[in-house]
Amino acid sequence: MDLNTIRSAITVVAMITFLGIVAWAWSSRRHADFEAASRLPLEEDDAPTVREKQQ
Amino acid sequence: MNESQYNYKVVRQFAVMTVIWGIVGMLVGVLIAAQLAFPALNFDIPWLTYGRLRPLHTNAVIFAFGGSALFATSYYAVQRTCHARLFGGPLAAFTFWGWQVIILLAAITLPLGITTGKEYAELEWPIDILIAVVWVAYAVVFFGTVATRKVKHIYVANWFFGAFILTVAVLHIVNSAEMPAGLFKSYSAYAGVQDAMVQWWYGHNAVGFFLTAGFLGMMYYFVPKQAGRPVYSYRLSSVHFWALIFTYMWAGPHHLHYTALPDWAQSIGMIFSLILLAPSWGGMINGIMTLSGAWHKLRTDPILKFLIVSLSFYGMSTFEGPMMSIKTVNALSHYTDWTVGHVHSGALGWVAMISVGSLYYLIPRLFNRTEMYSVKAITLHFWVTTIGIVLYIASMWIAGVMQGLMWRAVNEDGTLTYTFVESVKATFPYYVIRLTGGALVFSGMLIMLWNVIKTITVGKAVEATIPPVAAGSELGAPAHA
Repeated sequence: MDLNTIRSAITVVAMITFLGIVAWAWSSRRHADFEAASRLPLEEDDAPTVREKQQ
Repeated sequence: MNESQYNYKVVRQFAVMTVIWGIVGMLVGVLIAAQLAFPALNFDIPWLTYGRLRPLHTNAVIFAFGGSALFATSYYAVQRTCHARLFGGPLAAFTFWGWQVIILLAAITLPLGITTGKEYAELEWPIDILIAVVWVAYAVVFFGTVATRKVKHIYVANWFFGAFILTVAVLHIVNSAEMPAGLFKSYSAYAGVQDAMVQWWYGHNAVGFFLTAGFLGMMYYFVPKQAGRPVYSYRLSSVHFWALIFTYMWAGPHHLHYTALPDWAQSIGMIFSLILLAPSWGGMINGIMTLSGAWHKLRTDPILKFLIVSLSFYGMSTFEGPMMSIKTVNALSHYTDWTVGHVHSGALGWVAMISVGSLYYLIPRLFNRTEMYSVKAITLHFWVTTIGIVLYIASMWIAGVMQGLMWRAVNEDGTLTYTFVESVKATFPYYVIRLTGGALVFSGMLIMLWNVIKTITVGKAVEATIPPVAAGSELGAPAHA
């Protein structure tokens, strides 16, 4: 097979993959998971253990 | 080491060195900016000439300042969002000391004139090997921590940090392929236009993955933390992540417009650069909109000011970049100071401001304080830096467009209207304004150093216990259940 045919095929496959990712991200089934995932950094408190009164 | 605690020590080390290297790198920047306005300031000493100090400045600010900031924040965010101590025991300490040795070697060899001549990849082959070893160790620590996480989901910040670490390893190893000719000299494995293309594939992806993906990782952790709100759209974050990954790799040829590089390759570079506007603005919008409903916090919180203004500069420079990649615009802008203005809008406005904002959040937490020693000093730093950056980029825009117009101006008989030196002379006032702006940004870093020293003095270095994962939470399910 011609090398350029393979190159074109890879470009098309990459485009389809990306469109697949977009469809996956916007599927309603992801909604709750994304909601929970976005709270991940906020769920844990990284304030210092000993709270000191500021000057 | 205590496996029930986070590794804060290496985060602390990198955080403090970020401030130190920021000051060193920006001081060199101020010196060479002064040399452009007043050439006598190289004092006729070879080590202090512009050609040797310019790569020292770029290496110091990108890899020493930016690199240390990325190490510190990625090590902090990956531990906190994975509920796991850094993987690999002493390997994390090795990345710290290894990275500092690399920076010192750069600070010695570049002023001596030891260089490969490849922009942003000037360091000679023995240092290249050391960089590769330290970087692989970094990847082992980071991905090992992700692999041993106690929560199911890998938070989006870690995706960006991971892409940055993986891609920079590939870029560095491919572009640094070279044949040694003695300890201090090597020749690139590539020749001619292929060498130029590999160099700018590396160069632009250093912008895309070191200066963008890495700092977006920082944004996705520290903006929600400081704002106290979850990221605006998680699905947008995953889509613009993959869009960035798919497109950035092809944008490099825009550095080689109107060169020996084939026209079709130049056009591909331009088209992919234009496409890049979408995923870049996806990140900017996602970051800024995280604050929606809490805009009032921007009025009182100087850390949020740093973070949100950095995103505005990110949006500006990622609009400017695609525009400059258009061949007809590039015909005017290339080789002028417009490029320098564009780079600093990204490097000072985006990279430095998001790093400084994140450090102001991070440093008190590493020293058992609820906030920095002086919040007023953060506000002062913010305004000094913002005014400095605006002076810098506005003067370079005007200077760049003026240079481009002067260089292309022709008389009716086809001869050039201006000699090159006339354009240099006309640039003088803008070089002085740029020097003023740079000096302001530099003095902002001195304010930060004072504030950091004070915070460390009144605070105490602490470690933090890894909290138990909340039972019942979907995210809390063990990774390997």
